[in-house]
Amino acid sequence: MTSNKMNVVEVEKIVVKFAGDSGDGMQLSGTQFSDTSAIGGNDLLTFPDFPSEIRAPQGTLSGVSGYKVHIGEIDIYTSGGAADILVAMNPAALKFNMHDLKSGATIILDSDIFEPKNLLKAGYESNPLEDESLSNYTVIAAPITTMTRTILKETGLDTKTIDKSRNQFASGILFFLLNRNLDEGIKFLQQKFAKKPELVKSNVNVIKGGWNYAYNLQLIHTTYRVNPNLNKKGKFRNITGNIATAWGLMAAAEKANLPLFLGSYPITPATDILQELAKHKELGVKTFQAEDEIAGVISAIGASYAGSLGVTSTSGPGLSLKSEALGLAVMTELPLVVVDVQRGGPSTGLPTKTEQSDLMQALYGRNGEAPMIILAASSSSDCFDFAYEAAKLSLEHMTPVILLTDSYLANGSELWSIPDISKLPAIKPPLVKENVEGGYQPYLRNPKNLVRNWAIPGQAGNQHRVGGLEKNDVSGSVSHDPLNHAKMVELRAQKVEKVADYISKQTLNGPKSGKLLVVGWGSTKGAIFTAWNQLKNEGKIISSTNFNYIMPLPSNTEEILSGYDEVLVCELNNGQFVNYLRAKFPKIHFTQYNKNEAQPFMVSELVEKFNETLEAL
Amino acid sequence: MTDTKYTRKDFVSDQEVKWCAGCGDYSILAAVTNALPEIGVDKKDIVFVSGIGCSSRFPYYVDTYGVHSLHGRANPIATGIKVSHPNLSVWITTGDGDSMAIGGNHFIHLLRRNIDVNLIMFNNQIYGLTKGQYSPTTPLGQKTKTSPHGTIEHPFKPAELVMGAEGTFYARTVDTNPKMMKEIFIEAAKHNGASVVEVLQNCVIFNNNTHHNITDKEVRDDNQIYLHHGEKMIFGKDSNKGIVLEGLKLKVVTVGENGVTEADILTHDAKDKDGTLHYLLSRMSLPDFPVAMGVIRSVDAAVYNESLEAQIAEVKNLSKIKNVSDLVNSGETFTL
Repeated sequence: MTSNKMNVVEVEKIVVKFAGDSGDGMQLSGTQFSDTSAIGGNDLLTFPDFPSEIRAPQGTLSGVSGYKVHIGEIDIYTSGGAADILVAMNPAALKFNMHDLKSGATIILDSDIFEPKNLLKAGYESNPLEDESLSNYTVIAAPITTMTRTILKETGLDTKTIDKSRNQFASGILFFLLNRNLDEGIKFLQQKFAKKPELVKSNVNVIKGGWNYAYNLQLIHTTYRVNPNLNKKGKFRNITGNIATAWGLMAAAEKANLPLFLGSYPITPATDILQELAKHKELGVKTFQAEDEIAGVISAIGASYAGSLGVTSTSGPGLSLKSEALGLAVMTELPLVVVDVQRGGPSTGLPTKTEQSDLMQALYGRNGEAPMIILAASSSSDCFDFAYEAAKLSLEHMTPVILLTDSYLANGSELWSIPDISKLPAIKPPLVKENVEGGYQPYLRNPKNLVRNWAIPGQAGNQHRVGGLEKNDVSGSVSHDPLNHAKMVELRAQKVEKVADYISKQTLNGPKSGKLLVVGWGSTKGAIFTAWNQLKNEGKIISSTNFNYIMPLPSNTEEILSGYDEVLVCELNNGQFVNYLRAKFPKIHFTQYNKNEAQPFMVSELVEKFNETLEAL
Repeated sequence: MTDTKYTRKDFVSDQEVKWCAGCGDYSILAAVTNALPEIGVDKKDIVFVSGIGCSSRFPYYVDTYGVHSLHGRANPIATGIKVSHPNLSVWITTGDGDSMAIGGNHFIHLLRRNIDVNLIMFNNQIYGLTKGQYSPTTPLGQKTKTSPHGTIEHPFKPAELVMGAEGTFYARTVDTNPKMMKEIFIEAAKHNGASVVEVLQNCVIFNNNTHHNITDKEVRDDNQIYLHHGEKMIFGKDSNKGIVLEGLKLKVVTVGENGVTEADILTHDAKDKDGTLHYLLSRMSLPDFPVAMGVIRSVDAAVYNESLEAQIAEVKNLSKIKNVSDLVNSGETFTL
């Protein structure tokens, strides 16, 4: 359907940002665009960026909801930097996103909405369509509202419903601009509104109207094409970090042949995990929406005691409330997976924004010597792998595990190569049989990994008590003996340290030694890798590494970090990981690069920092 | 259910009991271990759960499964155990501080959900383990270590919270009456839903004789009424006093005086879903009324753990997704 008159430019990647009021359907347009991109064979990553208010005042800057999609013929590791194309449904959406647009970017906007009342709401003193402020951009100012109403005038739908289809007019223009297959966009609408045929019909008419409008419009001289990514082979789906986390936990419980129990309290941005698991009663998943964060984690500990995989999901403020319970899980040496979807803090902070500022809390936020395993996922899809790994380590090592993800991973999505579930590694918790010979002793350990054996209620003859009071080594009776306490503190610490023998070694990008190693952990992997790759392609000598295992660190960590003049640790906080590393490896020269804007790293800022650092060395 | 014939000894653990000499907890422990052989549950399927406080040491002293958890948190532990493994018989031992103060929120929500567990609250109206501070049930004005000039806080009656949360089972008993305790613990075990048994218990060290007006031999017959479902509400040394309803209020009358006959006395209906009368009975206090003992309320209602199992069975039956592999391959997928 592409017009021959048009000049088609092939690009290897493109960033599209959809922005409008919360009710403008931007998440829907974004998902439509990303799903159809996936069908077209592009690699992709998405990142919704929305305010914490549900319906902030219409047309204002505080109400702007956005959805960014980064697609590529090449492999995509970030949600992209400044946008190549902006779809702005109102003046506020335009104003809000101007700072994040490439020079020369294309802006698709609804010219009908650029009238004095809305301009005023967005804080514009003059109409940007009439002054010179957009002269560096290609502006497609379409009367989207008028056109949509005209197309649907005969349908008998009310104006409010008609206006909800405006996003599809913009999508039609976008599909034309990017030479996308319109049929796929239509198929998406047919599936999305399968139960409401009248909405399928109206939306399909509007997206076609948008496409035709663009086709007939003399303003568009150049269209773009992003070819399929040939590295991607096999069966994929688009998945968010929270869904991947939920599924990873389900896969682990199935593999371990244990029931899955989630005790949780709704909290942004972790709630999707509770919601997703609540859907899966068909697989026997039990979710318990507790009266508070404390009851959430405590009920999960109870479920673990009784022989389930006990899990709780939360965000930073909730993790604070769970601290005492985590100590109980350490003391009772029961399996427990805590998923902390980090957000901007402290206190209530920035609930919908991303940050990596719960690391110290995860490592140390408990009374007493209370070590536990800390993992961090590094992409939306590997949330599945690390949720699985968290459950596996927790069950096999009889210890609580905190899995750190964050708002960026949790709400963002990417293509996920669907794994063969039967090939995931086995999970073997140290369960004992009924009537243990000589009587069950709860703190009898496997000498190799110091893991205690696990008896569960319902087993004959293994009656025993666990609890928060210090217990005697082996027997598990209450003990206040000083030397026993010293021994138990040591055993609990060593048990967690020994997990290093059971996890992957740390891997490295670039040479094993040199001037500069850049280090990240968790969700910054994509941005740091992309920046590193860019410098490498420019011929610069630089290495990079990303940590998923925080406590314990992989056994070769010191070896990896030791080969450089400088180790630059980049993180979205004030230096929590770098200080942890400094305490562990005092001889290594660490420097730090921190961002406290509750936004992910941009590749451009990392490239600049890496270049600056290299030049100074 | 079990066919095994147990005796009290089967439930006595090998741990040394460390309560103060003369503590009311000893008689509660004895009554529980006397009741357990009669509830028809295999001991491998029994779990005792507690929070923090003197009462919360209880799980160490019964030879069943047990968790001694955190202050105030016995209820969510018990919830997790029962909901995940509904075939277990789950018991909570707690105190007035543990479940009325720090665990107050969990207390009402456990009852609201009606999870099938048995909660025994040792109410001695004082913090014992921290040595003598007032609790949420300490009478107004009492001098304690943290209220040297008398408390200025209105106390809770635990029963009022149970009724307010529409609890399905509430009973009250005293640590001086082993027979009554045993009977009530067995009734609590039988009830399908959350059972609350408040035991008026004496702390011999920090709040000695706090319940003596109710429990002392000389006064107990006049100051307690042991309610039985389906029986007249009669009490007193001479078994001639009774409770009647006058307007919206209860009143103590004497049979044979002012023309009152036994027919005028209220008959206890613990199974009445409308809890109004249960509420009035549970609030009766000295000196105008005797304190009500026995099962005051025991009604049938939907039980959380059963409703959950039913939903799971229904959804499983309807779903095409039988395992995680089916799930990850369902819906929108793309083959590239």
